[in-house]
Amino acid sequence: MSRIGVFVCHCGINIAGTIDVATVVEQVKKHPDVVFVVDYKYMCSDPGQELIKKTIAEYQLDGVVVAACSPAMHETTFRRAVASAGVNSFRCESANIREQVSWVHQEQKKEATDKATAIVRSIVEKVSGNEALAPITAPVTQRVLIIGGGIAGIRCALDIAKAGFPVVLIERNSQLGGKMAQLSGTYLNFSAAPDLLQKLIQQVNTHPNIQVLTNAEVENVDGYVGNFVVKVTAKNEDQANVKEQEEPGKELVPIDFSFDVGAIVVATGWDRYSQALLPEYGGGEIPDVIDGLAFEQMLAAGGKICRPSDGKVPNEIVFVQCAGSRDPERGVPFCSKVCCMYVAKQAMLYKERVPTGQPYVFYIDIRSAGKGYDEYVQRVMTDYQVLYLRGKVGKIFRDGDKVVVWGVDTLSGRALEIAADLVVLATPMAPSSGSVELGQRLHASTDGNGFFTEAHVKLRPVETLTAGIFLAGTAQGPKDIPETVSQASGAAAKVLQLFSNEKMTISPLVATVTAELCSACGTCVEICPYGARSIHPLWNIATVNASLCQSCGACVVACPNKASQVHNWRPDQILAMLDEVI
Amino acid sequence: MLDINFIDQVNTLSDQAIQLCYHCHKCTAGCPVTDQMEYGPDRILRMVQFGEKEKLLKCRDIWICVACETCGARCPNEIDAARVLGALREIAYSENVAVAEPGAVKFHKLFLLLVKNMGRMHEVSLLALHKLWTMNLFSDLPAGARLFMMGKVPLKPHLIRRQGEVKRIYDAFDPKKKQVSHGN
Repeated sequence: MSRIGVFVCHCGINIAGTIDVATVVEQVKKHPDVVFVVDYKYMCSDPGQELIKKTIAEYQLDGVVVAACSPAMHETTFRRAVASAGVNSFRCESANIREQVSWVHQEQKKEATDKATAIVRSIVEKVSGNEALAPITAPVTQRVLIIGGGIAGIRCALDIAKAGFPVVLIERNSQLGGKMAQLSGTYLNFSAAPDLLQKLIQQVNTHPNIQVLTNAEVENVDGYVGNFVVKVTAKNEDQANVKEQEEPGKELVPIDFSFDVGAIVVATGWDRYSQALLPEYGGGEIPDVIDGLAFEQMLAAGGKICRPSDGKVPNEIVFVQCAGSRDPERGVPFCSKVCCMYVAKQAMLYKERVPTGQPYVFYIDIRSAGKGYDEYVQRVMTDYQVLYLRGKVGKIFRDGDKVVVWGVDTLSGRALEIAADLVVLATPMAPSSGSVELGQRLHASTDGNGFFTEAHVKLRPVETLTAGIFLAGTAQGPKDIPETVSQASGAAAKVLQLFSNEKMTISPLVATVTAELCSACGTCVEICPYGARSIHPLWNIATVNASLCQSCGACVVACPNKASQVHNWRPDQILAMLDEVI
Repeated sequence: MLDINFIDQVNTLSDQAIQLCYHCHKCTAGCPVTDQMEYGPDRILRMVQFGEKEKLLKCRDIWICVACETCGARCPNEIDAARVLGALREIAYSENVAVAEPGAVKFHKLFLLLVKNMGRMHEVSLLALHKLWTMNLFSDLPAGARLFMMGKVPLKPHLIRRQGEVKRIYDAFDPKKKQVSHGN
């Protein structure tokens, strides 16, 4: 027999305006397990919480039901209050009579009161069956795996390494630096960027806490937050040089590595969008229609601005923004975010190096949101005679040695035809190839475009829904270098937060197995969507990995012997609760 | 295709940076005579950006502008469209382009003549001379009567002291007269 106290909250008039709380108190009092019932204006207030603590001491309560708002709102508040009064926090539950009753039945006061009574009495049944549980602890491997050696991976690796934790940084290509290394420079601080990147790469390569694997890819991921086991295949660079000398073109011999890591940061970046997908812009068939990254090579140190077809310096150059972006029908629906800025930079550099040339920029909108960004674009328009034309380009085709661009200027409402020497397409930022497959290996979801999905679009932008897997940079979606670096440092902070203790706390509300009933049939192992079940090799019963279990209850339903149960959601509790409601 | 050097000429003459215009159309939204115009100040600026010289010099709009400067006062990029239109008038006049609004040129000439000789504007003289010169004697009569009743059209001119000074300024800038150094 439990000694349960029930506290019915008015929530001002939110609850008491619809529900007759006095009747609820009267009805709940009749329950044999209930020794104390009271209603109060605001249970979540300090006096409300004090009332709970005082009553626990006075009536020697061993369970508490707070009939108030949704548990998502104040369950933690009330459990903390109960724990401070010496009662196990898992012996406290919220009965939701606000969101599920008073707010949705405002016109039916009598029925709302009956429903509230039933809900409160059912939660009383649950609490009387609740076990007192203690949080589970699990060890944390204080080492991180970072996938991708671009600026995001580099920044994240350095932040974590400098905090004193070992980092494994793997890169698919033979060099660190990613896409940033392919840029001539960045907008706002053009010339300094390549040097700064090289300095960061230098720091990564020489840092004692960072192990760099190039030509490396993730093969397999097992385990869970704090305890991942990652298999990586790498092709050694030194070996590559030797091999190439001996047998040119021979495949490198891959070497397999296995790492125990506590956290994984996905910093896989972006890839080029194929021009073949843009048939109206030449479909990649016209040599003098190139993409932004190809133009970057011409602008970079050692490069030369020239037409790929005949090597001549282009006198009229057309930049086409949104060449595939913001085009849900034919291209990608998203805005690639960086194009407005880099096109301005490229047009400026072109004009600096070919002063007699004329750059044109076709755009739909100029999205130059960022500190100093709009001023930058304005400066390009004002000081560099770049003619901005508002409208989408309809067609690009070859005419003799010229590339003809058909566009429109929507500001003056006239159609334009420009016989250009070179056309630069600002193609979309596509997710890095293999992102979806990597996401499947990591159990981290990707969106319809192939970018990794964050746990919450606003409030948890660097985490995935899989605990222990974090996101940095354009793997999550288009962003520029400052944003990428910010997110990389944010992901590093999240990893360090996880590494701040050698052990981590896990909710004890997980599945459990009654050893006497388990026949080790393995049904639960197959049904578990989180890979949390296995058959113990020695004891020959099903076991639960508490770190992976999400308490979904699939194993409970599947178990033919009723050996599987979820703590505090046992069938006997649920049936008792149903008896009160029906 | 597009003559993008024309913008430099207009920029210099009007002392504006027309390439700054991002076409918010605020100038046209506030212009009191835009309903009389063919394009409006925003499209005039776009045409300058495109270098559509011939079309610009022939259009009525550059002569319709009353130079109230509302456009310039409201422009987020500090472009004084009235001065741009002024520069276009200047180019059109100096290049002997057929003026779309001949009455406007006559108005400007009479205005300058009056100020030169009287030292300041005299509305009645201007009105009378303009009507005679254009032979458009009876237009705007009710409006004129209303202005007269409000005392906006004083019969007696307000003369200034030392009228010769204004005339000397005119002479200093007259290319046909002897050049007087006026600094720059």
